[in-house]
Amino acid sequence: MTKIVIRGGRVLDPACDRDETADVLIEAGRITAVGPSLDAADAEVVDATGCWVAPGFVDLHTHLREPGQEYKEDIGSGGRSAVAGGFTSIACMANTDPVNDDPAMTDFIIDRAEQSSPARVYPIAAATKGLKGEVMTEMSALKEAGAVAFSDDGKTIMDAAVMRHVLEYSKLVECPVITHAEDRRLVANGVVNEGPVSTRLGLPANPSLAEDVMVVRDLMLAEMVGARLHIAHVSSKGAVAAIREARERGVCVTAEVTPHHLSLTDEAALGYDTNTKVAPPLRSAADVLACREGLADGTIDAIATDHAPHAMHEKDLEFTVAPPGLLGFETAFAVVMDLVRRSELSPLELMRRMSTNPARIIDRPGGSLAVGEPADVVILDPEQRWVYDPVKGYSKSQNSPWAGQEMQGRVLATFVAGEPVYNVETGVLTGGVLS
Amino acid sequence: MTPSKTQSSKTGSRAQSAPIQKTVLDDVGIRRALMRIAHEILERCEDLDRLYLVAIPNGGVPLARILGANLKQIAGVDVVIGVLDTTLYRDDLKTSQERPLLRDTEMPSAVDDRFVVLVDDVVKTGRTIRAAMDALMDFGRPRIVQVVGLVDRGHRELPIKLDYVGKNVPTEPNELVRLRGDRGGLEGALEVVVTDATEQGVAP
Amino acid sequence: MIGTDLLGIEDLERDSIERILHTAERMQEVGTRVVKKVPTLRGRTVVNLFFEPSTRTRASFEIAGKRLSADVVNFSPGSSSIKKAESILDTARTLDAMDPDVVVVRHGVAGVPKRIADVLAAPVINAGDGAHEHPTQALLDMFTVKQKKGRIDGLTIAIVGDILHSRVARSNIYGFTKMGAEVRIAAPPPMIPAAVETLGVKAFTSLREALDGADVVMALRIQNERLSGTYLPSVREYSATFGIDRKTLRYAKDDAIVMHPGPVNRGVELAHDLTDHRPGVILDQVRNGVAIRMAVLYLISGRPDRSAE
Repeated sequence: MTKIVIRGGRVLDPACDRDETADVLIEAGRITAVGPSLDAADAEVVDATGCWVAPGFVDLHTHLREPGQEYKEDIGSGGRSAVAGGFTSIACMANTDPVNDDPAMTDFIIDRAEQSSPARVYPIAAATKGLKGEVMTEMSALKEAGAVAFSDDGKTIMDAAVMRHVLEYSKLVECPVITHAEDRRLVANGVVNEGPVSTRLGLPANPSLAEDVMVVRDLMLAEMVGARLHIAHVSSKGAVAAIREARERGVCVTAEVTPHHLSLTDEAALGYDTNTKVAPPLRSAADVLACREGLADGTIDAIATDHAPHAMHEKDLEFTVAPPGLLGFETAFAVVMDLVRRSELSPLELMRRMSTNPARIIDRPGGSLAVGEPADVVILDPEQRWVYDPVKGYSKSQNSPWAGQEMQGRVLATFVAGEPVYNVETGVLTGGVLS
Repeated sequence: MTPSKTQSSKTGSRAQSAPIQKTVLDDVGIRRALMRIAHEILERCEDLDRLYLVAIPNGGVPLARILGANLKQIAGVDVVIGVLDTTLYRDDLKTSQERPLLRDTEMPSAVDDRFVVLVDDVVKTGRTIRAAMDALMDFGRPRIVQVVGLVDRGHRELPIKLDYVGKNVPTEPNELVRLRGDRGGLEGALEVVVTDATEQGVAP
Repeated sequence: MIGTDLLGIEDLERDSIERILHTAERMQEVGTRVVKKVPTLRGRTVVNLFFEPSTRTRASFEIAGKRLSADVVNFSPGSSSIKKAESILDTARTLDAMDPDVVVVRHGVAGVPKRIADVLAAPVINAGDGAHEHPTQALLDMFTVKQKKGRIDGLTIAIVGDILHSRVARSNIYGFTKMGAEVRIAAPPPMIPAAVETLGVKAFTSLREALDGADVVMALRIQNERLSGTYLPSVREYSATFGIDRKTLRYAKDDAIVMHPGPVNRGVELAHDLTDHRPGVILDQVRNGVAIRMAVLYLISGRPDRSAE
């Protein structure tokens, strides 16, 4: 294994509250020193002058589509797309085919990741068998197999009694239960946020109330039960307010928000582009503002992409029929940099939400450049402008609302366990063998 | 189509020159010509009950009215007057981007077995008359079709002849020749004006 | 409008609407002739691409096209992408390769005509997409009002019915407000769309208040699917609270006219005796539909001969 010194970058380490120009020394897959002008005679030098050096991003919410839908993505292509976006660890949701509700499936995912993904992959197992929302899964066995959390994401557990029992049981394994909070009945067949935009579009509408109602329900259950609840893809003003208020009361809740819910409003759907169709839907400007404020004041702990690849022939359908979801890995950094550019978050605080907090939520290494930590590092250029072309990206799919747009903020290099896995000039470097 | 202020492309530095316009037929001349044509029509049409003046808008309309009044004055007949817009029959709609504004069509009588006299203000290529005949045929089967052109400016592109001409006015192909009224549109005293198109920098 | 698509009234300028109405008035005269045909679109191909069944609108477009001497072709590929091997956009791409001159599209989902227009070189006319727009319906409705009332400016129009799911309502709201009328909507509360006031209308849940002093009363069809009990309890209750009959019509002006896009659920949204006789003008709407569609086909088809490209 190589010895690498990353020289002269602005080191942003939220775990150590460090924001200063320094060198980072990597040996045998771990951080061995951080400081100005390190002595590293026999090390390979990476010049990071003018760039940021931060812990690799940790994505709590991704869909890798393997097993079952490998035509849109698989663990390998997902892992490559992830490292190209600066993500060194990704947690993948259970709504595959078959569903990851069994330790054998969890094993399979971990094996496939070791063979094919340059990023670390942590499976999130289903909370109920088959995602049916009726019978809970064997959480103990699943955790043993490597699951880091439990979620029926894609669906909501509509039966409050089932959700209560899932939360209670999760205390046994001390893992978070991640809720995709949308009252299915209020959503009905809605595909765009209910409001002036849905009225103009003439498409069935999905009110933000559907999210608010379910977030409040889950918060109250979590409070009563005393379990660890994590709220996926928060998107509405009401949800943010409910979470803030619950935390003040001491409820053990964490929350994530996607880059698209921090930047795009429902008006993006006005041309009927199905690459703006997502669940929960893009919402009003007031909702976007509330999410940004929630992220800044700590109500929302983490940024998670909800990377959801879909094939072109699936998105090329009528708006009501096309599956919801957008790609997330390769555009995340550029999109969320907007919060730093508008001084809503400092660079250090952004990094905390991209890596330190998510790693803590799933209780895995990451988000830290402290000596002894695994060398999962990303080098970033916050200023660089580039045009995003999903055809040239690493995902098998291309469903992104940012296709063809100019972005600002680029991942220059990614290291996992001290190995360079991505470089903006040469691309993804390994097929993914993590030793 | 109001004349626009132009710059001369030939001489270069003439500021804001008005295009050169020439009146080739004034109101008195028009009325005299139409009185003569009314007499000519009476000479050639044996059965005045069958006479049907069909104006091609916009210019043909006031002319047909004047002709009708003249025929009433000379022979005491109330000639039927119709208006037939030819826009939908134009031969250039297939190849052209343009979709000109439609004009009114009002044909108070059937055309079957009638002595139809089409009335147009200015005849050049003959295509408008051709279109008017196609339109007329869709209305029925006239016994005879003849054409009044107040001004014949030449440059036929089709084998169309005029039976009655107000005045022959030789012109360059790119000149504009129009009937207009002194109170705007076709209101007031009428005159036929020739405008030199190169002054406008515009093709007719 | 020449060579561009007609996807909705929302993006149409008032000038364009007036141009269409002006043209339709003259196209109407063609329908009074013995030979109801002009050669204007001879050699042009108009394709009716109807993914949703419709006898009236399709027949209206077909007659309009034929009166202009166009070759009219009807494709009914069936309603949903998920049931077929070929997606809607693939159908459109295949059609594009056959060089149609104008394509008329109707689909049950909003946005499909726009997606098809993005793919086709030919101009597209939206004949109704989901709950979004039905521009030629609104145009013929405006034409009918102009005919009966002499103007649109300053009139009060009341649209009654399932506004939430109605493309006819939306297009008429855009059209009549652009032309200077005051537009009111009346519906049971679950059928009033979110933030509808942002479209420039006043929303009422009382039929009486909505009709007070109205010049035009437009009744919309209540779809049977809505009567499952979620939006409306029953036909009976709808009819009793929002049905238009001689009695409720008295709230409107004495010379108010009654309109309906058809087909009418007799006795539900409109009483039997208003459907066939004055002040109902439904058959005029149908007649005007052909003239409007002729006008739209005429205006939209202006484009250079492909062989010249």
